[in-house]
Amino acid sequence: MRKTLMVALAVFGQAAGTLASAKLAFAGDQLTIVSWGGALQASLRKAVFEPFTKASGIKITEGEYSGEIAKVRAMVDSKTVSWDVLDASGTTAWTMCAQGLLETIDWKKLSLDRAKFGDVGKYDCGVPVQVSAVIVAYDKDKLPNGPKSISDLFDTKKFPGKRGLSKGPVPNLEWALVADGVPINDVYKVLRTPEGVDRAFRKLDTIKKDVVWWTAGAQAPQLLADGQVLMTAAYNGRITNAVKESGKHFEIMWDAAAQGWDYWVIPKGSPRLDDAYKFLAFGGSPQPQADLTRYIPYGPSNKDALALVDPAVLADLPNTPERDAIALHADNIFYIENGDDLRQRFTSWLAK
Amino acid sequence: MATMTVQIAGSPDGMPLRIKLQQVERWRKLKAFTLVLPLLLFILVAFVLPIGRMMFNAIHDETLLTLMPQTSAALSVWDGKDLPDERVYAALAKDLKQAWAQKITGMIAKRINYELPGAGGQVTSSARKAITLSAGPYKAALIEISPLWGQRDVWSLLKRGHSAYTAYYLLRSVDYQYGPESQIVASPPESAFFRNVFLRTLGISISVTAATLLLGFPVAYLLATLPPKTSNLLMIMIVLPFWTSLLVRTTAWVVLLQDHGIVNDVLMALHVTSQPVELIFNRVGTMVAMTHIQLPFTLLPIYSVMKTIPTTHVRAARSLGAGPFYAFWKVYFPQTLPGVAAGCLLTFILCLGYYVTPELVGGATDQMVGHFVALYTNEDLNWGMASALGAILLTATLLLYYVFNKLVGVDRLKMG
Repeated sequence: MRKTLMVALAVFGQAAGTLASAKLAFAGDQLTIVSWGGALQASLRKAVFEPFTKASGIKITEGEYSGEIAKVRAMVDSKTVSWDVLDASGTTAWTMCAQGLLETIDWKKLSLDRAKFGDVGKYDCGVPVQVSAVIVAYDKDKLPNGPKSISDLFDTKKFPGKRGLSKGPVPNLEWALVADGVPINDVYKVLRTPEGVDRAFRKLDTIKKDVVWWTAGAQAPQLLADGQVLMTAAYNGRITNAVKESGKHFEIMWDAAAQGWDYWVIPKGSPRLDDAYKFLAFGGSPQPQADLTRYIPYGPSNKDALALVDPAVLADLPNTPERDAIALHADNIFYIENGDDLRQRFTSWLAK
Repeated sequence: MATMTVQIAGSPDGMPLRIKLQQVERWRKLKAFTLVLPLLLFILVAFVLPIGRMMFNAIHDETLLTLMPQTSAALSVWDGKDLPDERVYAALAKDLKQAWAQKITGMIAKRINYELPGAGGQVTSSARKAITLSAGPYKAALIEISPLWGQRDVWSLLKRGHSAYTAYYLLRSVDYQYGPESQIVASPPESAFFRNVFLRTLGISISVTAATLLLGFPVAYLLATLPPKTSNLLMIMIVLPFWTSLLVRTTAWVVLLQDHGIVNDVLMALHVTSQPVELIFNRVGTMVAMTHIQLPFTLLPIYSVMKTIPTTHVRAARSLGAGPFYAFWKVYFPQTLPGVAAGCLLTFILCLGYYVTPELVGGATDQMVGHFVALYTNEDLNWGMASALGAILLTATLLLYYVFNKLVGVDRLKMG
């Protein structure tokens, strides 16, 4: 009997020991950086992570997530922050900042010129990295006369068939309003009123039965390649890379492309704050930002980086002046205030 | 037992037999308990406690109590008839300023927005503007900032927030909510969809269970009656997919059922249809994939029960004059019932919790409760709602199990 107990205790002791050592191993001298996986993360690895380790000697452990604030909230609330730097996208980054989940960045410690980042540099909790865009893509082989404007996405008479859309309010509500005739610069003004929200959902109602919803960025080019959809909302980089890799003749329609900035941010309470700052300074500097465009066509945030970008790549970037002019620029303040409400409403709308 | 008798018979110290027996018995019980202790602790720590904690979240929510402490305290004496007095508004201004400084406005706004859709934005903008208010009277100033503070429903909500316990999440899960005077009213039609989701979950689970039974029963019969050589081969074919990852099996259905997938290509080549039939991202795809995944769960218990039924029974019935169907129906079938019940119960309960499969092959209106639990946990961060939905699903499952037990009797179930 005593022997049994001893064995049981020993087993438990060992289990506890393993748990403790697992925690210790976490505290090693390295930075845990979390991004979105897939093509983007592979590009970041080559253009940013590896050069950073070479320059600073700080090792990088990579992680992936799909932009869930829940995980960050759980870490910050329980004071066990194991992610040191996070690649957060526009509205998510702004919301986390407003909810106090991120460190406020002291730009003096970064040795970066904040003015070089223009308006996007006005964000308090991180350094802007790159801009991507949610665009409408179609297969030129199957649809020689593709959509020309965002209204065509909603025009089921002219383009009968399924469309792929991202499962969430952004940028579907904005697109619905633009397609319904709201000038692109007034979209958020209209969306701020309850009638405007109703109008957007009414417009979405007209294509609801023709939509295939996707949740992960990689699904969009897949749906298009399988011929499951006629056209689909997608991240521009995923489409360009799919064209490069598979030789498909996917075409991008840039009208009302929803631009979204990604930021490097630091979850509040990261134990390796100094190293994280070093990484942010590196990530915001021109060279790695320009290098990134060689692997994935997302536009750099640092204005100095644009000069270093290969002119051939420039054509694929979402923030060239002519694309910028017709793009939809997300109003992050609007989403801090109304994001939850719209998500709730969208969930109910979708479930009905 | 043998050692026990020996010990009792050879008791030298004159201790009463009863006590001696009790001691031995206690000793054995302790030994048995120690053996199961590690597993018991594991289940308790890794299963019961976390689930209990999550279930607790369904009724426990102190967001407003901790983030707006002064307003909650000031409101505790409010009668709920007219708008509260200046003292409460002063407390509100203080709370909002504090929240803005600590960057927790977002959490307050979010909590208020659950119950008053659209009010969250006004809370955030009020907090942003409230920092400019330096002296009272606050009542007029705050109502001026946002008409929200001139409405009674927000004050009722804040007053309810004074308690750390709320029935809101559970009510919402069955399409009810609090009205402006804290009375319980039905949710407005645009946000009332949870009852539908529960019914849908139940409906899909029942249909999938029925489908697996219809498909699985004949196969199980075949397996049980064929000679071992053939039946082993068939068995491998059934069990092989069972060993494949659920995700792989689900995505395989995407390949098969999509518009230009194998099934549609064959149908079109055979001129059954001129354009692709919609087989995926809808109820059809969900049902097909779920039935495929659940088939072994229904089939295997039926098979193992059939294996134990002596073939002589049916032969005896036949020799006594029963027709083939009559003999099957009256003699064979009743004996398979324990297996049928076990298989169906297993499949039905597993179906209730499905999440990944409908997510991948279903459309927006085929999502089951599991989808919403995941949505509220990971994306909406509304853990109260996730817990409430989970708690209701768990309770419903246990209730169904209880009813099933009363009707059929779990002790009669046989897995083999």
